[in-house]
Amino acid sequence: MPKKYHIDFKPTLPRYTPQGKSGVVDFREGCQRCGKCAKKACVYNVYDKRCFDSGQMTDSIDYLCKNCFRCVQSCKKGLLNKSVNPEYVKMGDAYWTPEIISTNWTQAETGKIPVSGAGYGGPFSGPGFDSMWTDMSEIVRPTRDGIHGREYINTSVDIGRKLERLRFGATGELLSEPPPLLELPLPLVMATPSFGHVTEKVRLTLAMAAARLGTFFIVAAEQYDKSLAHYKQHIIPRISQESYPSFKGKLSGHRAVEVIYSKNMRPLWQEIKQNHPEMLISIKLPLDGNELPAVEELALQGAEIIHLCADEHGNEIGAATPRFIKDMVRRAHLHLVERSLRDQVTLLASGGIAMAEHVAKIIICGADAAVMDIPLLLAFECRLCKNCEKKRPCPVTMDAIEPAWGTQRVLNLMSAWRNQLLEILGAMGIREVRRLRGEAGRAMFFEDLEADIFGKIFGERI
Amino acid sequence: MKVKNNKKSAAAEQWSAPGVKSSPSRFRNPIGKYKIRRGPECIACGKCAELCPEGVHVKAGAKMEKPRDFYCLGFCCQNNPFYCIDKCPVQALRLVVNPLCETLGDYRWPSDLLISTWYMAETGEVPRSDIEYCIGRSNGGFDKMRFNFPEKMPEPVIPDDEISTTIELNRRNDGRPRITIQLPVYGGGMSFGSVSLSTMLSRARAATLWGTFGCTGEGGYPEHLAPYDDHMITQVATGLFGVREDTIQRVRIVEFKYAQGAKPGLGGHLLGDKVTASVAKMREAVVGNALFSPFPFHSVYSVEDHKKHVDWIKEINPKALVSVKVSTPTDVDMVAVGSYYAGANIIHLDGSYGGTGAAPDIAKKNIAMPIEYAIPKVHQFLKDEGIRDQITLIASGGIRTAHDIAKAIALGADGVVVGTADMVALECVRCHNCESGRGCARGIASTDPRLSEMITIEWGAQRVINLYTAWRKQLVQILKSFGMRSIKELVGRTDCLYHLDYQREKDEGRRAVGGGN
Repeated sequence: MPKKYHIDFKPTLPRYTPQGKSGVVDFREGCQRCGKCAKKACVYNVYDKRCFDSGQMTDSIDYLCKNCFRCVQSCKKGLLNKSVNPEYVKMGDAYWTPEIISTNWTQAETGKIPVSGAGYGGPFSGPGFDSMWTDMSEIVRPTRDGIHGREYINTSVDIGRKLERLRFGATGELLSEPPPLLELPLPLVMATPSFGHVTEKVRLTLAMAAARLGTFFIVAAEQYDKSLAHYKQHIIPRISQESYPSFKGKLSGHRAVEVIYSKNMRPLWQEIKQNHPEMLISIKLPLDGNELPAVEELALQGAEIIHLCADEHGNEIGAATPRFIKDMVRRAHLHLVERSLRDQVTLLASGGIAMAEHVAKIIICGADAAVMDIPLLLAFECRLCKNCEKKRPCPVTMDAIEPAWGTQRVLNLMSAWRNQLLEILGAMGIREVRRLRGEAGRAMFFEDLEADIFGKIFGERI
Repeated sequence: MKVKNNKKSAAAEQWSAPGVKSSPSRFRNPIGKYKIRRGPECIACGKCAELCPEGVHVKAGAKMEKPRDFYCLGFCCQNNPFYCIDKCPVQALRLVVNPLCETLGDYRWPSDLLISTWYMAETGEVPRSDIEYCIGRSNGGFDKMRFNFPEKMPEPVIPDDEISTTIELNRRNDGRPRITIQLPVYGGGMSFGSVSLSTMLSRARAATLWGTFGCTGEGGYPEHLAPYDDHMITQVATGLFGVREDTIQRVRIVEFKYAQGAKPGLGGHLLGDKVTASVAKMREAVVGNALFSPFPFHSVYSVEDHKKHVDWIKEINPKALVSVKVSTPTDVDMVAVGSYYAGANIIHLDGSYGGTGAAPDIAKKNIAMPIEYAIPKVHQFLKDEGIRDQITLIASGGIRTAHDIAKAIALGADGVVVGTADMVALECVRCHNCESGRGCARGIASTDPRLSEMITIEWGAQRVINLYTAWRKQLVQILKSFGMRSIKELVGRTDCLYHLDYQREKDEGRRAVGGGN
């Protein structure tokens, strides 16, 4: 059994006050300063933490309030009220919701799995990843207790080309040459986000985190700073036809490289392989509706890793009515299965991986591992305001982060994500994340449940 | 062997519903959907107090009290002759939707549903205002189903007192007692430790007076529950906390908890903070040490093992019924059949949107299927196996309202189990912090001595009794509209429902009429 993998997490406070969902507002007019202020009785001592001044009895909307409504309901004059924080509501967009942003912040701060009481409060189901549920084992199948450490659940995956079979010579000697493989201790690769105030310092922090985690950080050749070279064992440079000539000399020492797909990329691919036979080559292929023939062709040509990428919302690139990444990856996976090619090639998937559950779900749909980008910004307190794209100052001064602080925040986030993956695997009774790949039978899809159960009862779906 | 006598028959026939008593909020400022603002123009003439039949305005001496606007009917009152806003001689009153509602509740329990449940728990009546008390905003499952009520009340109209809401919990011919409950509802397991003793006793008393059952959960069987033994289910869960032969022998129903909908496939976890001296004693554990309830039963990996478990209970208490509580994996129908063959009397499906003291958010949202799918799946499978009539099918995990109860039954359940709704009756605001710090700030799910003092058993029991009373009224109305004399007639009648996303030819004429529920 491999050495138990563990991510060291430790509480790492944010530098800026996070946006809270709602807060208490008070109408000072009418306050009698009765001395028995309901705020003093706060069960969570929120007002103390804010340095509440009982002489002034004022306070602000912030993230400390736990929504128990006790002060609102107890104030003698009924002067306290709660209101939604408009700054919170406008964070992100319909996909990267304020809830997703803030849960990632908390995980990067604490390193812990989000736990709460009183049942689920969200929608019944939803678009994208929210239209599937994962399975669990009961009575007839054992589950695994990964989270409390009593059973080891392995989250490592091998990336690279795999042989379909071994060939032996007449005297029993091994004729097949096993292609190079890399083991990721968790099915997550980090990549540079497409936006954000990502300076050299931020990239360096991400490279350091990748090294601590034992995974990889994908960074474009154009952004490959000198300081990163120290971590090249954990960096996958991303090159294109255009950037290759100038990056060629810096390639050695890396264990993997990513090449952006284009129709005439074959010579480039071959040249790299010839010069660096041990280096894995990942081919970044956009999910734009034309990916199936390309996936098949690449697999036939001996591709080691195909990195399927959707846009930042997990949508098909350039489509008017886009399909979602989970469906596109599932289709690509099944296509390779049908062609008996699937086990030979590694599939990575990126675009819209926003929460731990998305990692499990994209693997169930057929990816070997997921590539995450935007959540890395969230670890650094990003509010997805995209001021950076408008050349406005970053409200959380991301360029000023301390690498040690940032590394720990990424480690915390990854620890929380991995532990959540363990919860999903444990409930299913799966001890190896490798076995989760393509296990669609251990998932339930909204469309199937609706058709199989409600369709029989309620008639035609409108 | 001391086994409780089963003194049901005579008692059941004489049973009468507990009375409703007004049980107002514990807080100085109850939360309502509407706010009435009284301006400085007010001359305290008392006209509004004279007019309002809801008791919103109260004149005390020469002054008007702060409006009790949580009773206000809101904008739907404007055509009434007593609409205070229009009738105020000096236009001092203003009506607005309470801005606080935006911060209250969630998709499953929107602010309307919380406030209407509080109203029912206070008054025992269905709200008269325009507040939503039937569905949430989850945009799927129960929230997208409506009743296909016939256009006219079927003739002859059945008098309310001839409509039965009782169900049988033992439908097996196994020589064990028949147990009838007066409502198709019983209380879900909430352990001592996850909730306060007063919460536990409030629920137990309400269940007893309503002629149904409560459940101890997995956390031992406090002696305080002794008066309610005949109406308690004791739970045998994977941690076996506080399970002893005498606890099994005290009750009429024993429940095996194989899984819990909120955290299917995952063990329970009581944080160290909540393991106070009394909790530790009850569970035979150490103060301050977190307690894990493992998953699964490490002695059960097959239906045969499962049968061994059931046999064990049946041997220890020859008069007890056995319930098997399971979660909703894709093969939940097979699990149900297996439970039947193992000898269970009740199969209890706990769907994924159920309540919990603490569970990982990822589990609550993603693992196992919602109860709305599991009920018809299991009901149909048991029918196909020819055993549906011999087992009682109970559903839980997201049952919030009387309409949810009736929908679950129409989908194929015999009855339901509720938990969160009881908590809401006790003024839970669903802040989701049951597990943090000293526990529930509102004194419901906390063993902190100061906090749990916030609830008295009299008040708590009455709130739950009132809620159940309001629910029963609604169930009776639903049955009456379909011309049914018993809730048992509704079981599996999916034709009584329609789903907003689906179209059946025969529904077309009825839709418009049934839309208002």
